[in-house]
Amino acid sequence: MTEHTHTTCEELLDSLSAYIDGALAPELCRELEKHLAECNNCRVVLNTTKRTIDLVQTPLEKPDLPEDVRERLFKRLNLDDYLTRKSK
Amino acid sequence: MNRQPSNEISLEAIIAGDRAEFARLVDEYSSPIYRLGLRMLGNPQDAEDVLQNTFLNALTHIQNFEGRSSLATWLYRIAANEALMLLRKKKPEVNIEEMEGEEDAEDLHPARFVDWSALPEDELLSDEGKKALDDAIQQLPESLRLVFLLRDVEGLSIKETAEALNLTETNVKTRLLRARLALREQLSAYYSERLPARSEK
Ligand SMILES: [Zn+2]
Repeated sequence: MTEHTHTTCEELLDSLSAYIDGALAPELCRELEKHLAECNNCRVVLNTTKRTIDLVQTPLEKPDLPEDVRERLFKRLNLDDYLTRKSK
Repeated sequence: MNRQPSNEISLEAIIAGDRAEFARLVDEYSSPIYRLGLRMLGNPQDAEDVLQNTFLNALTHIQNFEGRSSLATWLYRIAANEALMLLRKKKPEVNIEEMEGEEDAEDLHPARFVDWSALPEDELLSDEGKKALDDAIQQLPESLRLVFLLRDVEGLSIKETAEALNLTETNVKTRLLRARLALREQLSAYYSERLPARSEK
């Protein structure tokens, strides 16, 4: 184990994904947060990365299957009888 | 996974030949699989091929499903393979196994520090904003895009993504970070030109 207590921008970047996903040990989180409080650039990287992930998860970015595509799929799979059963 | 089917789809019933149950499976997963095809191949025709082939393939092999992963992960695995097969046919130069620019970590380093994260959602997801986002995703190398789509768009866990793509979890994590940072960089470039000039502190 290393002794250093100062997280660098480099180290923050390495742990960024895990931090965003909440997969980091509380101790490490505190270390990173200490760095974040002092480092504007890392704060911006964190905020904008988080926001990017939020955006791709919005319903607008996750459209449902178009009805005609569903119809052709069901026909191809010989599921014609179940076409009208879509629970919505 | 962020969404659980209201009542669990029965694998036994599908194997026993229950068509209605298979139809339920198709309805549960056809949207995400179509989206994956669309984002990997870039056009609706190919996405539809991926979709149809995935379920044809699933139906043929469902007896061999061992239940070591979830049914969803197993389906994503088939879909990812179908997408990659079609991609290789169309773009033989694509190498999905290889990490793009593995040795130079330079591209990992953020270069733009404009904080656009507080912009209102209706601006970020306006027609123009949405197009910038979609273009940025489309520009990710295929090997990163696939990981990103499964993990961040469809909400699979790191472990599930690794299982679906036959990668190690470490590899998934590395690719995910790269993908996220690459997208962030692209969007930062886009929004830095649009944000009103603010006093930088
Ligand atoms: Zn920093």
